[in-house]
Amino acid sequence: MNKCVSIEKAIECINDGASIMFGGFMANGTAENVVDALVAKGVKGLTIICNDSGYIDRGVGKLIAGKQCKRLITSHIGLNRETGRQMNEGELIVELVPQGTLVEQIRAGGYGLGGVLTKTGLGTLVAEGKQTVDVDGKTYLLEKPIRADFAILRGSVVDKAGNIAYKGSTNNFNNIMSSAADTVIVEAETLVEIGELDPNHITTPGIFIDYIVGGENIG
Amino acid sequence: MQDFIARRVAKELTENAVVNLGIGLPTRVANFVPNGMSVHFQSENGFVGLGPTPDDADIDPNITNAGGQPVTILPGGVFFDSATSFGIIRGGHVDITVLGALQVDEAGNIANYMIPGKLVPGMGGAMDLLSGAKKVIVAMEHTNKGNQKILKQCNLPLTAANAVDLIITEMGVIKVTPQGLQLIEINPEYTTEQVQKATEATLIIDDNLEVMV
Repeated sequence: MNKCVSIEKAIECINDGASIMFGGFMANGTAENVVDALVAKGVKGLTIICNDSGYIDRGVGKLIAGKQCKRLITSHIGLNRETGRQMNEGELIVELVPQGTLVEQIRAGGYGLGGVLTKTGLGTLVAEGKQTVDVDGKTYLLEKPIRADFAILRGSVVDKAGNIAYKGSTNNFNNIMSSAADTVIVEAETLVEIGELDPNHITTPGIFIDYIVGGENIG
Repeated sequence: MQDFIARRVAKELTENAVVNLGIGLPTRVANFVPNGMSVHFQSENGFVGLGPTPDDADIDPNITNAGGQPVTILPGGVFFDSATSFGIIRGGHVDITVLGALQVDEAGNIANYMIPGKLVPGMGGAMDLLSGAKKVIVAMEHTNKGNQKILKQCNLPLTAANAVDLIITEMGVIKVTPQGLQLIEINPEYTTEQVQKATEATLIIDDNLEVMV
């Protein structure tokens, strides 16, 4: 199967009300071209799962600024004033999750685990309404798995099998999210032929990837 | 004043410690690492070996800190995904974390991620750092323009309960103990009465109160 497609083709199935997880941390490692295409397509009522809500003009923040989201699951919204405004006006539901809990919930969703036991959030608002579990005399919060309809990743070097190598700090949530959605799209900064990436240097296995977009070799 | 606080925090660093610095004042601690000491700064967005801010010409857009700002990675550093990053944090592999706070109280509770209805930036990695780091240092100005921040009991939503070990401000150094808050060092520009007046919680003045330098 040829995974390399145009951005328009890759997002064809993303319709109003979809849930989408985006890699990236303060827009570092976010698939900006796919975000732009979703802004242009004008899909609405999205549920977005992302470490943070980016900036008003960078990362997933552009979808929030475009009022295309109804629900946001994230750890931080401080650098996008539009997120806070929409939350305070009741236009957007924001669920704040500790960053380490969020990534583990996604990992659980992708790796076939029934949840995560963590001490993070005990004694805070995060613990309200949640089950606790005692293990060997220690109390933990039970945090449930998270999955999404789509995961949208950004890879620094991607081969045509979808194998991904990341540069710098762009990996962040990308690798973990690759396993946790029904359809996974990677935006390649650079696309190479199969065999050009050293298997020792690949972080994300291509078997998780459905579509590859962007990259100098794709029209 | 911020550098005065950061310089004092830096004295808590130990050889080969893994250290996570929060955004703002805590970031300045990196400028005062004692000469010859090797410390590993961790950046929760995914690496150990956080280096200084590059000149504009040397910026690599692929490398940012947890505030989204361009930074560098030192030789020996390593990049990883967020699951590994928070495995390091939650798993007790961070020796020292330094954070700012809106409020701290006698029980070592800390509030620093939201003021309901006003300012809600979110907790980011702070809750994990507070629950996982071996030593938690709060570095902040003693009051918010005269309003007390070191309280008997926090009234903002907590970021973590019973988490803080040490509070370092421009007025002094306060240790969180089972008996309450103990003033162990004082800036000679202030009297103990002045420090107490700026603090809602009752301070236990250490018998061997030292000068903060």
